Amino acid sequence: MRVASDTKTTHPVLIFWIAAGWVGFFLLPWYMVEDGLWSFRWLFDGYPFDEDYAPAAFLVGQGEKLWLAPLILPLVLPLIVVRRVKSDPLFARILIVAGALGFGWLIAQGFGIGIRGFNYDWLRALFGDLGDRQFGMGYGAMLCATSFLFLLTQGIAARGAINGDVFVVGAIGGIITIVTAFVFFPIAKMLFAAFVTEDGAYSIAVFFSKFFDDRLWGLGCLAGGRCGAAWNSLFLAIAVGFITTVLGLAFALVVTRSGFRYKRALRALTVLPIITPPFVIGLALILLFGLSGTVTQFVADLLGTQPTRWLYGLPGVLIAQTLAFTPIAFLVLIGVVEGVSPSMEEAAQTLRANKWDTFRTVSLPLMRPGLANAFLLGFIESMADFGNPLVLGGNFDVLSTEIFFAIVGAQYDQGRAAVLAMVLLFFTLSAFFLQRAWLGKKSYTTVTGKGDAGVHPLMPTGLSVPVLVVALGWALFTVIVYAMIIYGSVVELWGVDNSLTFKHYVTAFSLRIEEEGIRWTGAAWDSFWTTIMIAAIAAPLTAAVGLVTAYLLTRQSFAGKSAFEFGTMLSFAIPGTVIGVSYILAFNVPPIEITGTGVILVVSFIFRNMPVGVRAGIASMSQLDRSLDESSLTLGANSWQTFRRVILPLLRPAILAALVYSFVRAMTAISAVIFLVSAEYDMATSYIIGRVENNDYGLAIAYSTTLIFVMLAAVGLLQVLVGRVRIGRRTHHATEKTG
Amino acid sequence: MKKLTTALAGSLVALAASVSASSADKLTLYCSAQEDWCQLMARSFEDATGIDVNMTRKSSGETFAQIRAEASNPKGDVWWGGTGDPHLQAAEEGLTMEYVSPMREQLHDWAISQAESAGNRTIGIYSGALGYGYNTELLASNNLPEPSCWKDLLKPEFKGHVQMANPNSSGTAYTTLASMVQIFGEDEGFEFMKGLHKNINQYTKSGSAPIKAAGRGENTIGIVFMHDAVAQAVAGFPIKVVAPCEGTGYEIGSMSIIEGARNLDEAKAFYDWALSVDAQNLALQVNAFQVPSNMGASTSESAPDMSLIKLIDYDFRKYGSSDERKRLLQKWDEDVSTLPQ
Repeated sequence: MRVASDTKTTHPVLIFWIAAGWVGFFLLPWYMVEDGLWSFRWLFDGYPFDEDYAPAAFLVGQGEKLWLAPLILPLVLPLIVVRRVKSDPLFARILIVAGALGFGWLIAQGFGIGIRGFNYDWLRALFGDLGDRQFGMGYGAMLCATSFLFLLTQGIAARGAINGDVFVVGAIGGIITIVTAFVFFPIAKMLFAAFVTEDGAYSIAVFFSKFFDDRLWGLGCLAGGRCGAAWNSLFLAIAVGFITTVLGLAFALVVTRSGFRYKRALRALTVLPIITPPFVIGLALILLFGLSGTVTQFVADLLGTQPTRWLYGLPGVLIAQTLAFTPIAFLVLIGVVEGVSPSMEEAAQTLRANKWDTFRTVSLPLMRPGLANAFLLGFIESMADFGNPLVLGGNFDVLSTEIFFAIVGAQYDQGRAAVLAMVLLFFTLSAFFLQRAWLGKKSYTTVTGKGDAGVHPLMPTGLSVPVLVVALGWALFTVIVYAMIIYGSVVELWGVDNSLTFKHYVTAFSLRIEEEGIRWTGAAWDSFWTTIMIAAIAAPLTAAVGLVTAYLLTRQSFAGKSAFEFGTMLSFAIPGTVIGVSYILAFNVPPIEITGTGVILVVSFIFRNMPVGVRAGIASMSQLDRSLDESSLTLGANSWQTFRRVILPLLRPAILAALVYSFVRAMTAISAVIFLVSAEYDMATSYIIGRVENNDYGLAIAYSTTLIFVMLAAVGLLQVLVGRVRIGRRTHHATEKTG
Repeated sequence: MKKLTTALAGSLVALAASVSASSADKLTLYCSAQEDWCQLMARSFEDATGIDVNMTRKSSGETFAQIRAEASNPKGDVWWGGTGDPHLQAAEEGLTMEYVSPMREQLHDWAISQAESAGNRTIGIYSGALGYGYNTELLASNNLPEPSCWKDLLKPEFKGHVQMANPNSSGTAYTTLASMVQIFGEDEGFEFMKGLHKNINQYTKSGSAPIKAAGRGENTIGIVFMHDAVAQAVAGFPIKVVAPCEGTGYEIGSMSIIEGARNLDEAKAFYDWALSVDAQNLALQVNAFQVPSNMGASTSESAPDMSLIKLIDYDFRKYGSSDERKRLLQKWDEDVSTLPQ
């Protein structure tokens, strides 16, 4: 099928990337423009000759930054092969050489020369003092790097890798590069801190002294004392993973396989906690179950006992995390539960299995990828959660908060933070490997290209009653918690003065309509618009990166695939606090100097949330039979067309999940954000925390409530935009009855 | 699409015009006080002088780390606010610059002595005394006596009613520990911490969390800086502030000019302005109840009256040094925090 393209001597993709490289080198400012990514002040301020705004070519032409001059060679080199055929060995060789040379040189000079001249003593020893310096990469450098990267991947493809598939090789190269730059690099930089002594030397002993700390591994709780943060985190995460999976499954079963009438309401309800900013659930729980909480007081009066602080510690964190993460389990499981082919279940029933046996031996095992993924997500979310332990943790120390306070607290011990981060990473990675071992190499494919009609059987009665009870009980609890939140936003001073008022909303979101237009006078508008903008930019990018990765992992085989998977998985297992700290360390200095900008927020969201896109994509794609791709390929489509026309439309549930999740998380995330916000780019969550710290509970909750409604609207909009999922055979039980 | 391009072109022209109109005067301010106070200071300075302020707010620990990291290529000009210890440490490491402001004679003695102990590399801008606050309703409903001294907190009936921050994570709690050592002497001070440990229901992470919990009715007594307790009371929570009878320690919020500041003239202008009566009176607008360092600045009626508080002669130089800090924290970790409660 690729015979046609082999004989072509024009290569539009190749020409595009060559041109991009030239634009990057000759037209765009090479270095980071200080006024921000969207400021175009540079166009009027001495461009193209001013040193701060000049393109690389002008810099070199004026005798500045001469170490950029060698880049001209790899820019010119690919022109030789433009008129050659792909099968010509020279074609591949030249592209590989040019791409690798350009990319390699860019990286080498970027790390070699920083804001103080040479970054390494041996360079200084070799060449003497440079007497010049450079700042972070800007548009020009980024575009050039991208161009070199894709020249390289086209060269590799031309040599015959992955059947010469330019799209797949490019995608692999692109994902490897960005994951390396934004996951491996910062994490490595951060973890190195674990081995640094106070005077800046490297030492293994430092690591061990911090690692074998009683505050980390103590087992005092078995004897009535306190346990180390590592055990606490582990126990909590296992409990949360298990409970959220069970609850998520219960919800998914009620929604897909029961005659329950208010499914839509139930479905909407399960989405609520996921769109709730941090702290809010914790505050609501305190109002209900704290020492002076309504329920605690009521029970104490009823039984005539003293109210206690039972909520603070494990119970409170467990309840809050279960409330917060059950929806994630539900979102993962609903797709899988829906995806199990009714044909299989019908086949089982035809073979005289009763409903219970069918469920236990056919449906449930087919849901295993979903169950495992849901558990894993709950486990990792719990490990990484920061807001709830902060509010409700009491003396129950967990790793995520310990990491935070190791850095910003009075001890300022980056090494300890790095050691704690390692322990956390170890736990999450172990969970990942255990999950993979449990799933094994079995096939869970149920959506094939073949005719597949039918509806899901209802749950067996013995199952549906407890499932319904659990789901409805939990739903009721959620409703109460949210009623408390809305109530909290309209009272004068929560828990003290309960007269109703709208003043918190007015303070946050007032606006005046004047002749020049609307004046946003409320205190919250700045952070609100920034948050919306950043979330809107990050969400589609996250979904795209996640799904392409999922596609590569499930559909392509290539050398180093398991290492590749490990890379994307690593970003999956890293808690936000670690990301935040490591980003500060890695991106505060050239070559990638983006702290204090909006870019760092977008980037952190992409790599923080991309794994959900990957997981959702993998879960859905492992249910799509390969024969679908194969028939598309046989009919002459290339892999890009197959991905776009065949796989993407079938992946709508996964796309929706990834979009919704990343948008919402960008609006509610806190653990990484708290390190990365700046005066100019403040996010809603960090603003809310500031309010909470400042006793403005009313304003904090009013802002949070507003965010909840905004996200509800956004989720609804996304659902309409992406379109409802319609996989051929699906019909609802309602139509089954009529039909 | 056409509309968009015209709009874009229009805004570009406007941008270009504004660029040529704006002067080059600007100042990069690192601020370690509460957010709204920082904002107010920055905006008011802009209004007063026309100098553009680029303000970043971070906690004093974070700011100190940042200044240290940027030492070879300083990006900030002035560091305003935050507890004194990191300012002193920065002065010790030569990260901040010597400057004697003409405003100095208007300041309280404690602000000047802060400057002198750091070779004039920093100066006091406000101070706040340590103390505690209690929730009057909870105290009444539990039939507890009203405490008025530090030693009152050791009474067995307060078991499970007292909260303080963990000195390992909070500067406030470290000040508490250092104050006890200075009030009672080291041995008796640690005996006090051990006795207190029995009554503590939770060591919080952040310094002001205990009094916030008390405000919400989740805790009875919180050991905090008194201005934090006052802020709770003013916000409407049933909190009573106590200045302990044995005397107490305090913090001095400080300000320093960063060594190698790019906008030195503007930095000095801000420094002088921030010590003026007008600038220090701004604290009242944002419910900051610290005591301002300018003698002429007004103090809120709700603020604790410093003349009625028995302040100890807190040795900032000794207890601010990292060796002493480490030694005390380690001793606390080993001797106090491991005890059963």
